[in-house]
Amino acid sequence: MLESLQDRLGRVIKTLRGEGHLTEYHIDTALREIRLALLEADVNVDVVRTFIERVREKAVGKEVLSSVTPAQMVTKIVHSELVHLLGDTTTDLNFKGRPAVVMLVGLQGSGKTTTAAKLARWIRQKKHLFPLLVPADTSRPAAREQLLVLGKQANIPTVDTRDLNDPEAIAKKGLREAMIKGYQVLIFDTAGRLHVDDELMDQLVRLKKILKPQHVLFVADAMTGQDAVRSAKAFHERLDVSGVILTKLDGDARGGAALSVREVVGKPIVFAGVGEKLDALEQFHPERMAGRILGMGDVLTLVEKAQESMDERRAKRLEAKLKKNKFDLEDLQEQLRTVRKMGPLQQVMEMIPGMSKAMPEGGVGEAQERQLKRMDAIINSMTPKERRHPQILNGSRKKRIARGSGTSVEEVNRLLRQLGQMRKLMKRMGKTNPRILKRQLGMR
Amino acid sequence: MARTILAKLKRGLFMTHTEFLEKVGEAFRRTGPVEARHIDQIEDALIAADASVTLSVRLADELRARVRSGEIQNAEQLRPALRKRLVELLRSVEESSKPTGQAHSPRVTLLVGVNGTGKTTTAAKLAKRYRETGRSVILAAADTFRAAAVEQLQYWADRIGVPLVHQNEGADPAAVVFDAIARAKGRGADDVIVDTAGRLHTRANLMKELEKVRKVAGREVPGAPHDVLLVLDATTGSNGIEQAQRFGATAGVNGVVLTKLDGTAKGGVILAIAESLKLPVRWVGIGEGEDDLLPFDADEFVDALLAAS
Repeated sequence: MLESLQDRLGRVIKTLRGEGHLTEYHIDTALREIRLALLEADVNVDVVRTFIERVREKAVGKEVLSSVTPAQMVTKIVHSELVHLLGDTTTDLNFKGRPAVVMLVGLQGSGKTTTAAKLARWIRQKKHLFPLLVPADTSRPAAREQLLVLGKQANIPTVDTRDLNDPEAIAKKGLREAMIKGYQVLIFDTAGRLHVDDELMDQLVRLKKILKPQHVLFVADAMTGQDAVRSAKAFHERLDVSGVILTKLDGDARGGAALSVREVVGKPIVFAGVGEKLDALEQFHPERMAGRILGMGDVLTLVEKAQESMDERRAKRLEAKLKKNKFDLEDLQEQLRTVRKMGPLQQVMEMIPGMSKAMPEGGVGEAQERQLKRMDAIINSMTPKERRHPQILNGSRKKRIARGSGTSVEEVNRLLRQLGQMRKLMKRMGKTNPRILKRQLGMR
Repeated sequence: MARTILAKLKRGLFMTHTEFLEKVGEAFRRTGPVEARHIDQIEDALIAADASVTLSVRLADELRARVRSGEIQNAEQLRPALRKRLVELLRSVEESSKPTGQAHSPRVTLLVGVNGTGKTTTAAKLAKRYRETGRSVILAAADTFRAAAVEQLQYWADRIGVPLVHQNEGADPAAVVFDAIARAKGRGADDVIVDTAGRLHTRANLMKELEKVRKVAGREVPGAPHDVLLVLDATTGSNGIEQAQRFGATAGVNGVVLTKLDGTAKGGVILAIAESLKLPVRWVGIGEGEDDLLPFDADEFVDALLAAS
C-alpha cells in the first residue's frame, strides 16, 4: 500500500512549522513528493508536469492558516486543484431526442458491454425513462449473446442483432426499432478496438453519422497506466467524445488514469463502475476520486457504506449507549456484523485514511476475517444475560462458551479484553470534540 | 500467415518505439558527454512506459552512479547500458521458472486475471499453440460467471477444432475443471487449458474460488495446475504489480501472458513485475486472431521498448 500524500508531505516538511507563508522551499520540497505520488497513482507524466506547474502558481506566497501545518496546507491546495481538474461537481446526464442515442466506445476489455447493461438499468431506475439496448459488437465472439443475457437480467429490452454482421446495418435497425416502439434512450454497444486501428476507427465515425448520438461515452479501465492519455486522445479526436465512464474502480487501483483521461478529453467523467453486479454503477464524484488518487482514503464512500449497512435507529441507540459507556457484547456483535456487511475487511480498511500504514504486511486477509467469524461464534454461545453483563463470566461459564463455539477459553478472554479496550477508547472519543474527530478522519 | 504476424508485431513495436524515443529525446541521440538531464529523460521515459516509479528511479540512479564512477562517459553508451540491464532483468527470471509438469498427463494450465484482460481469447490461442506442437488439448470453460463466456469460448473451440468441456452458467468452476480433467484422462489428452472468470484481486471470496479450482486440479493430477498464467493487459499501470502479487499468492501464478501488445501498449509493468516478484513473461498477445500469440522474447521486447532496431 502506498502511503498517503499528507503523511509523505508531513515527513518532508514537518521541520518547517510556524512560518507564516508557504515559501519556495516548502513548495519545491512538497512538489517533488507530489510528483512522485501522482506518478505512482499512474497519472500520465506530461499531465503531472502541467499539474505541478499549476499547483506551484497557486501555492507560492499563500498564507498558512494558524491551525494547519504547511504539509496540510499544500495537501489542501493539491486536493482542491485535483478536484477542480476532475470536474468539480458531479455531472448529471440528461437525455433528449427521440430517441436519445448513447454510443459506448473504447478499447477491448474496458467493460463496454457490462456498462451498457448497467447504464440502461440506471436510466430506467433513476431517470424513469425507457431504454433500448442495441448490441453491435460484431467482432468478439458471443458479445451480443452476452448483452442479450445481461439485458434480460436487468429487465431491459435488447434488440437481437445476431442476424446482422454489419454494425452500420445494426445501427439502422436499432434506430428503427426505437422509433417504432417509442423507446426514449438507445444504448449502442460497439466492439472494442485499438485507437491505432484506422479502419475500425473510421467505422466508428460512420456509425456516429448514422446514429447522431447525444452522448458518445468513452469507457476507460481505471487500472490503465500511462497509455490512457493516448487512447483517450485518439478516440476523442475522431469522435468528439462527450463524456467518460471509468470502470473497475472497485479494485485497488489508485486511478490516476481518471485525471489523464479527463485532462485530454476535457469532458466530464460521468460514471464509475464499481463491481460486476448490474447495480454497480455510480455517478462520478470528483472529490472522492481526488482523495483516492492522493491516497487520502475514501472516507465519504466509507461513510456511505456504513450508512447503508447500519440503519439510523440502531446507530442512535448505539450512540446513546456509548455516551453512557454501556457498550456491551451485544453491541459489539452488531458492530462486527455491520463491518462484515460492508464488504471484505481489506476493502473497508483501505478506505480509512492512515489505515494503509497500520495494516499488516500483505494486507488484511482471511486470518482477520476468520477471527471476526470466531468472535461472532463466541458471542453466539453466550446467554443474553452474559452478553449484557460480561462481568458475570466466570471460569466455568467461559469453558462452556469456548466449547459451544469451538474456540478456547483463551480466545474468550481475548474477546473480553478487546471489549474492555473498546470501552476505554470510546470513553475517550466521547470526550473528543466531534469536529476534531472529523478532521482527524480527514472529513474536514 | 507468418508474414502477417511479423507485420503485426512490427506495427506494435513501431508504435512502442516512437513513444519511448519521443520521451527520451536527445538522451539516446546525442553524442558527447552525458549530462544530468539525459538521465532524467530516461527516467521519465521509463515511467511513461509504466515501468513503475520505484524501478525507474532505481534504474536511473544506477546509470547516474555509473556516470559518476566514469564507467559511462558518452551519451551513446546510455542506450546499450540500459538495454543490457533490462534484458538481464527479464532474463534472470526467465531461467528461474521454466514450465513444469511436462511428464504429467494431462498437463493443466490455468489462466487467471482481472476482468477484460483477454483470458478467453488467450485460452483459444494457447490451445492452438499447444496443438501445433503435436499435443492434444481440451479447453475447460470455467468462467461460469460472465454472461455468454461459454459461448465465446465455444466459438473458438469450434474454430480451432479443440474439444470444450463446459457446464451451465453459474456452475462451480471447480466442477468444470474436474470434468475436463476426467475427459482428458479418458481420451488420453495431453493438455487441459482452463479459462477462469475475470476477478479483481481484491475480492477475497472470488480469490478463494481459485484456490478451490487449484485444489481440485491437484487432487486429480499430481502437481496440477502445472502452469498458472496471469493474463495481463499491456496497458495496465502500476496496479499490474498488485495483480501479480495477489494472484501469485492465492493462485500460485508462475508466468505472465502480456496481451494487447499490438497498438500502442508498452507493457513496461512487466519490468516491475520481473523485478519485484520474479515472474517471467511467457507469451505475448498481439491481436485478435487465433495465431496472434507469440512466445515472449526479452531481447525483442527490450529492443521494442528502447527502439533499438
